[in-house]
Amino acid sequence: MDYKELDSRLKNGGRITDKEALALFSEQDIFSLGALANRVSERRNKKLIHFIKNMHINPGNICINRCKFCAFSKSEGEAGAYAFTIDEMAKKARSVKGRVSEFHIVGGLNPKMDTGFYCELFKAIKKAIPGVKIKALTAVEIDYISKLSSSTVNKTLHVLKEAGLDSMPGGGAEIFKGPVRARLCPEKIPGRRWLQIHEAAHKSGIKTTATMLFGHVESYSDRVDHLRRLRELQDRTGGFLAFIPLPFHPKNTRISDTHPISGLDILKTIAISRVYLDNFDHIKAYWVMTGEKLAQTCLLFGADDLDGTVIEEKITHAAGGESKEAMTVDEIVNIIKKTGKTPVERDTFYNHLKIWN
Amino acid sequence: MKKLLNKIEAGKRLTPDEGLALFKGADLLSLGRAADLVRRRLHPEGIVSFVIDRNINYTNVCINKCRFCAFFRDESDPEAYLLSDRAIYKKIKETIELGGTQILIQGGLHPGLDITYYERLFKGIKKRFDINIHGLSPAEVKHIASESGLSLKDTLERLKESGLDSIPGGGAEILIDSVRGAVSPKKIRWKGWREVMLAAQEMGMPTTATMMFGSVETIDDIVEHLRRLREMQEIHGGFTAFIPWTYQPGNTELGGRTATGVEYLRVLAFSRVFLDNFPNVQASWVTQGSAMGQVALRFGANDFGSTMIEENVVAAAGVRNTMSVSELVFLIKDAGFAPVQRNTKYAIIKRF
Repeated sequence: MDYKELDSRLKNGGRITDKEALALFSEQDIFSLGALANRVSERRNKKLIHFIKNMHINPGNICINRCKFCAFSKSEGEAGAYAFTIDEMAKKARSVKGRVSEFHIVGGLNPKMDTGFYCELFKAIKKAIPGVKIKALTAVEIDYISKLSSSTVNKTLHVLKEAGLDSMPGGGAEIFKGPVRARLCPEKIPGRRWLQIHEAAHKSGIKTTATMLFGHVESYSDRVDHLRRLRELQDRTGGFLAFIPLPFHPKNTRISDTHPISGLDILKTIAISRVYLDNFDHIKAYWVMTGEKLAQTCLLFGADDLDGTVIEEKITHAAGGESKEAMTVDEIVNIIKKTGKTPVERDTFYNHLKIWN
Repeated sequence: MKKLLNKIEAGKRLTPDEGLALFKGADLLSLGRAADLVRRRLHPEGIVSFVIDRNINYTNVCINKCRFCAFFRDESDPEAYLLSDRAIYKKIKETIELGGTQILIQGGLHPGLDITYYERLFKGIKKRFDINIHGLSPAEVKHIASESGLSLKDTLERLKESGLDSIPGGGAEILIDSVRGAVSPKKIRWKGWREVMLAAQEMGMPTTATMMFGSVETIDDIVEHLRRLREMQEIHGGFTAFIPWTYQPGNTELGGRTATGVEYLRVLAFSRVFLDNFPNVQASWVTQGSAMGQVALRFGANDFGSTMIEENVVAAAGVRNTMSVSELVFLIKDAGFAPVQRNTKYAIIKRF
C-alpha cells in the first residue's frame, strides 16, 4: 500500500476504495496503517479523546430473537430471565443522579415492553433527572415495538422522541450481508431494514451511532461491504455520530468453531474504519468489549472515543467479557493521558463538557 | 529521533543515554516498528514459540513480605501452606499428560526449609518424571544457602546435582536498590540477584531475566535496569530470555494502579531494541490478557511464554487470564507467525 499517496488523497478530500480497504485487512505493516489512521483522526479531532459519563440500563433479557451469537438473552420463564419495572429503572437512574449525562438503554425483544412502556420509562427518567440524555433502542427494537404497537417506524420514532428519546445506539447492525446474518442471527431484521430505520431516525432528527460485530463467521469483504453501506447512508443523511467496531465474544454463545479475540485484528479494524469512514466524525473503541488495555492502544490507531464509565453493563459480560463492570472518570482520564492525548468529557452529541488540559 | 532509529536499523548498540532519549522521545508506533525490525533480524524464520508448563508454588510462606505481593502468608496464617511431595507429583503428572516439558517451581522464602528439603524434592521428581525443573529464583537460592549454612556455589552445585535444571529470573523487580527499598525492602539487593545469576550461568545453567515495572520506578530506573542486564549478559551470555511484566496492585500493601496497555507495549518494544544481546523476549499475556499479548508479538516479543496450566501469584492480585494451546496457536498464526512448542532451552519440539 502506498500510504503516502493514500494520506495525501484523503487529506484532499479523496476516498479510499473498497478494493484498497480490503487489501488493508491483509496488511502486515500495522505501524504504517496505525500511523495513517492516527493522522486522519488527528486532522479531524486534534489530539482530543472523548468519553462520556454514562450508565447502561438493560431493561430485560427476555428476547424472542435468541440470536446464536448472544449470551445475554433468555426465553420467558427460563432460569435467569428478568424484566425490570419502570419504577426499578427510575430508581437505578436516581441512584446515579449528578454522576451521568446519558443513559444507554437496550434490551431484548420482550412482548410486554412496547412503545407505551418505553415512553413511560423515558418520561420517568427525565422526570427523575431533568436534562439527562437518553440513548435507547436499537433499530431491531424499534422495528419490533412498532410492530407490537401496530404502528409505523416513523410514527413510533416520533412518539418516542416526544417522550424523551434523544439518540439511538447502533447495535443490531452485526454484519449487514445476508448470508452472514442467516448463520448468525436468522431471526433478526435484515441489514437493509436496519439501514432504513436509521435513515428514518436521521430524517426525524434523531442522531444515531453505527456498529459492526466482527471476528465471527464473516469475511474481510463482508466487513468492507458493511462499511460501504454505512458510508453511503452517512453521505445521504449525516446522521451518524460515531462508528463502533465490536469484537465478537464467543463464550456462552451458540456459535461454534470460533477463536479467541485477536488484538491485532481489533487494531486493524479500528484503523481501517477510521480511514474508510471519512464522513464519520468519531470512531469509538468500546473498552467493555476490547478490554481497557487494548482500547487504550486503539487510541493510537485511529479511535478518538473510549465510550464511558458504563455503569452496570450486562451483555458483554454474559459472553465472558473480562473487562471490569465500570470505569471511574479517574481511570479513564489516566488511560487517555498515558497515550499523550487529551481527555474530553462529552455529552451524547459530542459537545465538550470538560477538557483535561 | 530519526538518528536513533537509523542507528537501530543499522544494527548498532544504543548507549544508555541514547536509550533514555529514545524511550522518552519516540512515539509508540515508531518504537514498535523498530522493535519489530530487531525481532525479525534476530528471528528471521518467522516463528513464535511457547512452552507448555505449570507454575507450582510449593509454599506461600515467605519472610520477605514484599509490599507489591498479594501471594505471601505468614507461617501462622490459616491460609499458609506447604505442598506435600505427593501433591507436587500429581501436578507434574498432569503437566506431562498435557504435553508439558517444564515445571516452574517457586515459592516464598520459607523459614523452615533448608537444602535437604529441595534435594529430596528434586531427586524425587527426577526419579519419577522426565521433566525440566525450572525453579528457585535468586532470592530463594540465597535464602536456602543461608538457612543451610552453605556457600552460594555449594548450594547451587547441590541443587543442580539433585535435578535443578534452570533458574527463572523472578525477583529482579527493578535492579536498583532505592526502588527495591521501596517495594521489597527485605528482598536481596540487586547485587545479590546478579551474584546468583552469574554463578548459575558459570555452571552452565540457563536462566531468564525479568523486570516488574509500573510501581514506583522512573523511566531512568527502567533504562538502568536494562543496562545492568545487558552488561551481565556480556559475561556468560547465560540469559535465554527477558520477560517484562507489570506490577499488579490488587490485594497488595503497595496499592496504586497498574501500568496501562500502551506503557506495557512501550517498555516491551524498548527492551527488545536495547537488549541486543538477549536472544528472546517474552510477551506477558498473563498480566496483559491474551489479546494484548498477541499485539506484543508485533512490539518485539518472539515468545509467548508458557501456557501456565496453573498460575497463583498474579491470580492472588486479582488478575486471572487463561489460554489453551489451541488459543495460543490461533493467536500466533493470526499475527502472521508459525507457532512452535519449545523446551526450556528454546529448542523446537513441535510445530503446528
